[in-house]
This record gives sequence, structure tokens and C-alpha cells, in this order.
Amino acid sequence: MDYLYTFLIGGGICVIGQVLMDRTKLTTPRVLVILVLSGVVLQALQLYEPLVNLAHQGATVPLPGFGYALAKGAIEGAESGIIGVIQGALKATAAGITVAVAWGYLLALCFNPKPPK
Amino acid sequence: MKKEVQKKDIEAGYAAYVKPFTPKPPYLKNCLWAFFTGGSICTLAYLANNLLMEGGMEEKNAQTLVTVGIIMIAQLLTALGPFDTIAKTAGAGVIVPISGFANSMVAPAMEYKKEGIVLGAGAKLFTVAGPVLVCGITAATAAGVIYWIAGLF
Repeated sequence: MDYLYTFLIGGGICVIGQVLMDRTKLTTPRVLVILVLSGVVLQALQLYEPLVNLAHQGATVPLPGFGYALAKGAIEGAESGIIGVIQGALKATAAGITVAVAWGYLLALCFNPKPPK
Repeated sequence: MKKEVQKKDIEAGYAAYVKPFTPKPPYLKNCLWAFFTGGSICTLAYLANNLLMEGGMEEKNAQTLVTVGIIMIAQLLTALGPFDTIAKTAGAGVIVPISGFANSMVAPAMEYKKEGIVLGAGAKLFTVAGPVLVCGITAATAAGVIYWIAGLF
């Protein structure tokens, strides 16, 4: 049952992204920003956490889940004061960002773009 | 004043002229592809997460490892080439999950490597990721500050 919810919610979030890309004139980077911000706002209103409990990776793997992790980190940091807030967002997402930057940079240096077929 | 009106007329006329020639994306097909690939990626991630936890890993570490794994695989597929081919069909199904964020870093960095490894690859790594991180971190920290202020009273 958990797997079903993961599939449905994960797929559903992707469909929202697809509709935004197809039906509006928004460029892809803007769609990504909107999705991340929606995750931040929903978690700030404490609405995203229930979705994560229901759908697990279905809610955390799509980009709103990235916004959720940022907001959750900052809000949980607030309990230990303003320093906690400042550290929180990046602390919660440090592994993903670090790997994306370092591994991505290494790969970009090692490989060349393929000509479109 | 008159000139401005004319310019607007031309723009509107052009928009009307190109409309019949602009290919309409196959909405339903795109949405189905996005739904099934996106759903599958999330389900596989959940499966990997559960397998790691069965192997005795803490939930938090398992989640982190799964996220890191998706990012590394997506970036490797971008560097080797197949990501573009998959994204053409799957659309948002691979762009909206964290794999799209990972892809958006490597693709422009490879493209602009010829402008140098610092100001080319190094800077272009953040063409898409930059705005996402800037907006995300700012909004999240703002939310945290609001919670902190609310907690003071």
C-alpha cells in the first residue's frame, strides 16, 4: 500500500510539473523554482509533512521535497535560536548539494557533450 | 506614441500569424509519460530506501544515501548522453524529481567548458541550480526566522 501511494503522489507531482511546462509559457528553470518554493511554503504551513508520511520518497524525491527539506531544516533550527535557523536549511540538504556540485563538476570536466543525433 | 501602438500591432499580428504553425505538445501523452516515469523513480527510490533499512541502516542515512544515489546516476547519465534521450520522452517525469536538478547542473557545465574550467564549467554549473538554491534557501530561512520570532513570545 505504501508503494502505491509513493507511486501515485510521485507521479502526480511530476504531472503538475509537466502541465506547467506544456500549458504555460514558463521556462523549465522557472518551473523548477516554482516547485521548490511550493515545497518551502507548504512545509512552512506544515502541510507537506503529512504528504511525506503518506508517500515517503514519492514526496521527498521530486523537487518540492527539496524545498520541504530546506524549510524543515530551517524551522527545526529555530528551536535552538537564530544561529540554528541560519544553519538549518543547508545542514538538512548538505549531502545532496555537495554531491551534486562535486560529482557534477568532476563529470563535466571529464566528459564532453554528445552531438544531437 | 503612434510608433508604440504600431509595434504592439505588429507583435499581436505576428502572434496570430504563427499560432497555426506552432506545434501543440501532445498533452495527454506527455502527462502519462511524466506520471509513469516520475512515479517509477519515486517507487524505486522507496524500494532502495527500504532495502537499505532492512540491511540495518538508520532511516535518515538511508534517505540521504538514496537521494545521493539518484543525483549521481542522473549526472552520470547526463555526462554519457542517455539522459537527454530519456528526457525527450519522459519530460517532467525525470525533470521534476531531483534527477532533473542534477542534470541541470552537468549539462550547461559540459557545454560551456570551452570557456574555461573556472568561469565556463564552474560558473555554468549554477545556471539553473543557482536560481533554485537562491530562491529555496532564502524562502526556507525566511520561514525559519518567522518560526524563531514566533517562538520568542
